[in-house]
Amino acid sequence: MTTTAFKEPVRQAAPGTAREPRRRTGRLRRVSLPYLLLVPALLLELLVHLVPMAIGVVMSFKELTQFYIRDWGAAPWSGLGNYKVSVDFDAPVGEALLHSFFVTVGFTLLSVGLCWLIGTAAAVFMQDTFRGRGLLRALFLVPYALPVYTAVITWVFMFQHDNGLVNHVLHDQLHLTDKPSFWLIGDNSFYALLTVSVWKGWPFAFLIVMAGLQNIPRELYEAAALDGAGTWQQIRRITLPSLRPVNQVLVLVLFLWTFNDFNTPYVLFGKSAPEAADLVSVHIYQASFVTWNFGTGSAMSVLLLLFLLVVTGAYLLFTSRGRRAADV
Amino acid sequence: MRSIRAAAVGAVTLSLALAATACGGGSSTGSGSNDSPKTLTYWASNQGASVAVDKKVLQPELDKFEKKTGIKVKLEVVPWSDLLNRILTATTSGQGPDVLNIGNTWSASLQATGALLPWDAKNFARIGGKDRFADTALGSTGAEGKDPAAVPLYSMAYALYYNKQIFADAGISKPPATWDELIADGKKIQAKGKTALGAEGSNLSENIHHVFVFAKQHGADFFTADGKPDFTSPKVVEAVKSYVDLMAKDKVIPTGDAEYAQNQSVSDFAKGKQAMLLWQTAAANLKSQGMSEDAYGIAPVPVISGTPGSGTQVNSAVMGINMAVFKNTDNIDGATQFVKFMTSDEEQKILNTAFSTVPPVKSAQRDAAFSAPATAVLKDTLATSAVALPQVASESQFETAVGTAVKDLFADAAAGREVTADSVKAKLQKAQQQMPAA
Repeated sequence: MTTTAFKEPVRQAAPGTAREPRRRTGRLRRVSLPYLLLVPALLLELLVHLVPMAIGVVMSFKELTQFYIRDWGAAPWSGLGNYKVSVDFDAPVGEALLHSFFVTVGFTLLSVGLCWLIGTAAAVFMQDTFRGRGLLRALFLVPYALPVYTAVITWVFMFQHDNGLVNHVLHDQLHLTDKPSFWLIGDNSFYALLTVSVWKGWPFAFLIVMAGLQNIPRELYEAAALDGAGTWQQIRRITLPSLRPVNQVLVLVLFLWTFNDFNTPYVLFGKSAPEAADLVSVHIYQASFVTWNFGTGSAMSVLLLLFLLVVTGAYLLFTSRGRRAADV
Repeated sequence: MRSIRAAAVGAVTLSLALAATACGGGSSTGSGSNDSPKTLTYWASNQGASVAVDKKVLQPELDKFEKKTGIKVKLEVVPWSDLLNRILTATTSGQGPDVLNIGNTWSASLQATGALLPWDAKNFARIGGKDRFADTALGSTGAEGKDPAAVPLYSMAYALYYNKQIFADAGISKPPATWDELIADGKKIQAKGKTALGAEGSNLSENIHHVFVFAKQHGADFFTADGKPDFTSPKVVEAVKSYVDLMAKDKVIPTGDAEYAQNQSVSDFAKGKQAMLLWQTAAANLKSQGMSEDAYGIAPVPVISGTPGSGTQVNSAVMGINMAVFKNTDNIDGATQFVKFMTSDEEQKILNTAFSTVPPVKSAQRDAAFSAPATAVLKDTLATSAVALPQVASESQFETAVGTAVKDLFADAAAGREVTADSVKAKLQKAQQQMPAA
């Protein structure tokens, strides 16, 4: 402010530009105002997200084991030691992390794919009005509205070997298996986890796609119908292309949520998940909390963060380029 | 314009103030003080059938303490699933209770963090001296050669609980004293349509307590004398295999138990579905599940041959609860006074009776209340045939790593896969590689 006030008389000397400085101050003010108003949000964002993140990054360079957790400052720097341990895929810790990473990728792809497919299918079928539609819509949203812990613990009961509902139906009633299966330990745990994840996630896809569908003009369908397009063609040529922007965001959000999901595996399997369902979030939790080595845990978290950043960045770049191409 | 600018300035100031206060929650890492002499926070472990039961037992005693000293104790009973994490969080943040209960097997691990007040001669003198406590209990309070990190509060031991009716129906006259007898009895029981023995295959701590004892009976140790993990020696492999074989080969543990982690095997026993249970001080738990005390008998945990004793005749780990004081408490005198109160003869009798545990305080142990047959078995076990789990800093990691290995082996057995010496060794090898290098 003072600098512009000082400049004012100097500038006034030049003829024809008498009003300019005042306008410039006004413009400066106009330009800076949005930033000023954003400051509280930015500072809180800094506080809630960035500061802990930065501390996490710092931790990943320290040897933060049980001997130092009481006084972090005293923990010796370990340079890239924690990272080396995490990505040394020939050694057990790195090998386990890599295995966990692959499990998570497979799980995420399947879960997101199924969530999207079921959600979209349900939303498309629910477009036409029929009796009981409101009720069904409400019913579909129940898994999304339930508290995660309550919902997953119910699944734990259903998946029990001895007297769970799943085995009762599959084995006792339908006779699909020779003997009751284990769902919470061993290899089947992957499918148990996938089932719960899809059950929990698809209502969100349903909700978002349903909202997206409201924006597609009815006339398009009518015109298509006049031109002789069947239902499948209408879905392929009108519904899906129109949903594209919605889907782009939806798939990204589902991906990030599923990849990072901690609650579902933790409630299903507890502190040590079976190898077949060893998602990376629980794996990192175990690496830090259960073995009390917060340095390695942080290093793994940072690696996970970098991976998700790269994927998200690539995805946004790819999809926005696609969108621009479509606009042209 | 002016009002907008004012609003903007206000917003900035407010957010800066918020940021400053939020950052200001730093912790003191110094040692204890007496800044707030009138209150204490106490985290109790869950000893009874539920958190509510514990509160009901403890609150009247805390009221007595307040009447005596004027110090108000704020009680929180922390479930086992959360306790260690809560302690770790309290350690890292410096925001913890003044006094807390810890599982005695964690003593050395928590001692290594330096968060707990060391019980040197001076501190012990303030609660009546170290020699008031039984040696077995003191053996599980921290690494050897260091001042204990905690003081014994309740002692427990494993025993074999058996259903008298099921035994009678199967024509078994006395509880098994060796594993071979147990397996033979198990077959007779199974022939009558009941399951033989319960286990918590997915509970890491339970797994550890059992394989530790099996290792002792096979003359093996999970740690070398200088505290290095040694999980893959042939004897350790053999010991772990023979425990898992109770399900895999001998089939006395039902495969369904492989996924138990929430004390379902105790329920199976209380409901009369299962004949035997290896458990530490189960009486209170069984009572809360409606099993009458006459319905079951208590015998020492079996050994390979002979009778329980020391060396390879060990049949239980020294289990129990220790009481610790956070070093950075702001009421150190009150905290010591409280520990003294809780370990006094009178309180020891009341609390250990309520939780059906054995008092680690010798004078309280002699009380008639702890001479009933049920407690006598536990008392004898503690006195003659129980040893402490390894008192090494990495004990807690050992519980997780090896406990998980056993959980995986049970999962294999349950899925019908063969459990061989090689598969056991491979799992233990993996567990050993996860242990901290230090």
